Amino acid sequence: MTTATPPLTHVGPGLAVRHGLALAGRAIIKIRKNPESLLDVTLQPIIFLLLFVYLFGGALQGSSDAYLQVLLPGLMVQNIAFASLGTGMALNTDITKGVFDRFRSMPIARSAPLIGAVLGDVVRFVTTLTVLFVVATIMGFRVQTDPGRFLIAIALMIAFGLCLCWVSVFVGMLVKSPQAVPGTLVAFVFPLTFGSNVFVSSSTMPGWLQAWVDINPVTHLTNAGRGLLLGGDWVGDAAWAFLWAIAIAAVFFPLALRAYRRRVG
Amino acid sequence: MSYAIEAEGLVKRFGSTLALDGVDLAVPTGKILGVLGPNGAGKTTAVRVLATLLRADEGWARVGGYDVVKDATAVRGVIGLTGQYASIDEDLSGTENLVLIGKLLGLSKAAAKARAAELLAKFELSDAASRSIKTYSGGMRRRADLAASLVGRPDVLYLDEPTTGLDPHSRNEVWGTVRALVDDGVTVLLTTQYLEEADQLADLITVIDHGKVIATGTPHELKRRTGGQSLQVRPTLAVDVPAVAGILRDLTDTEPLVDADNGVLSVPVDNPLLLSTLVRRLDEVGITADELALRLPSLDEVFLTLTGHTAPVHEGSLA
Repeated sequence: MTTATPPLTHVGPGLAVRHGLALAGRAIIKIRKNPESLLDVTLQPIIFLLLFVYLFGGALQGSSDAYLQVLLPGLMVQNIAFASLGTGMALNTDITKGVFDRFRSMPIARSAPLIGAVLGDVVRFVTTLTVLFVVATIMGFRVQTDPGRFLIAIALMIAFGLCLCWVSVFVGMLVKSPQAVPGTLVAFVFPLTFGSNVFVSSSTMPGWLQAWVDINPVTHLTNAGRGLLLGGDWVGDAAWAFLWAIAIAAVFFPLALRAYRRRVG
Repeated sequence: MSYAIEAEGLVKRFGSTLALDGVDLAVPTGKILGVLGPNGAGKTTAVRVLATLLRADEGWARVGGYDVVKDATAVRGVIGLTGQYASIDEDLSGTENLVLIGKLLGLSKAAAKARAAELLAKFELSDAASRSIKTYSGGMRRRADLAASLVGRPDVLYLDEPTTGLDPHSRNEVWGTVRALVDDGVTVLLTTQYLEEADQLADLITVIDHGKVIATGTPHELKRRTGGQSLQVRPTLAVDVPAVAGILRDLTDTEPLVDADNGVLSVPVDNPLLLSTLVRRLDEVGITADELALRLPSLDEVFLTLTGHTAPVHEGSLA
């Protein structure tokens, strides 16, 4: 039983992605077997949608119907951000399991389990966007543009979520227990998503807050989403949102990988 | 002799605890090394270092000729690991687990499926192949775990307490599998708390206690090194017991131990030639014996001698 192939001494990025995809497949099988793990990305968006539209719609936009149109693209962005919180929590639980020892004792890329977890979260993103979109459509939301732009909007939001996941993975590798992950990340996700133009226009805010809202990637992505779903300019905002996403990933992917290595030895 | 596993001076600290205190190990290619020791002796830590899961603070180790730190990826390419706790995904089925591992090892989807089916059949898990691991019994889990370790046809296999908590039937199955693997040329490092397991399986035994190697050798050598032999006689007729006791006393100057329940007399000896003398003496007086043997001490006695404490209490399944 001697191996004829020369020893593997280094696992390149191409193989890392392949390993990551195989492990994403594992994550998806697990979701299929435990559908209740999707509760946070199904129930919460519905509650947010109903609550904000009927509670604030009349006061903010004159009518619930009008508010629904401007709110939905932003709510999609917000729920993507919330959905990305789950990655760190799930990984924090996962690394304590015996199966992680097996992955680590195999000749696969060190980053593969992380990449797999993040890619597997595409299912959660698609779920949360679908739930939001279906419920909003029942409530009266209508896309004003074409299917092409609709798909660009969805793709941008998922890409943003994939990049944001690395923040969650980083925190997930730093804190001891999985329960501490959402608690820590709320301090990050709340200012990020509420400190934006998702719910209200920034014109009535104090100057310092306006300054933040104007550079916030959530604001840019929301603007791009409104342009893509309702009509209007979107390219500039989409570019800003995309750059932000890349920057977040560029900072937090290495940090997450380092924290992971430190955590698992 | 070529060694599949070599380690020298391994030291590992966890805070103020010294888990490994200068451990040396050497396993010749194609042999089974039994690492024997009580709970917390450092066995699992040693396996984790050799499996590249932990980095030793001091010392070096080579597996399959590769350094566990410098060539960690190459080491991972030749090893298989079966952990103390099942290293498979509880939520996934047997097939799904093995296919995933096959894919991670670079097999195509079809090849991974074929390999999974082959291994599941070999471990008599075909009927349960599509069920989640969490529905498996303890023995089935161990078998699935072992199957998972073999997907990549490893040259070196680590089995960390592979039979802990198994019933005797499942334990025998695991033992059979391990023997078959070694017949195929696989080198096995097996940790165990069970002396019987080490005695049954291992070509070599290393006894670890408090992070230190306290003895190494073949089971036979260890038994010889740590205790004298004993001469055991069971006369055919119970009435002959006093007479046999007299002969034994005469030969060894020691008062023999008499087990009244089964009529066995035993006495410690240091000269194996006494056996033939005893046979002659019994012949002369016309006493026949059903059982007449020179025995090495059991590994339990060896363990006691080496560690100064008795072997861990055997769980019901292995008592």
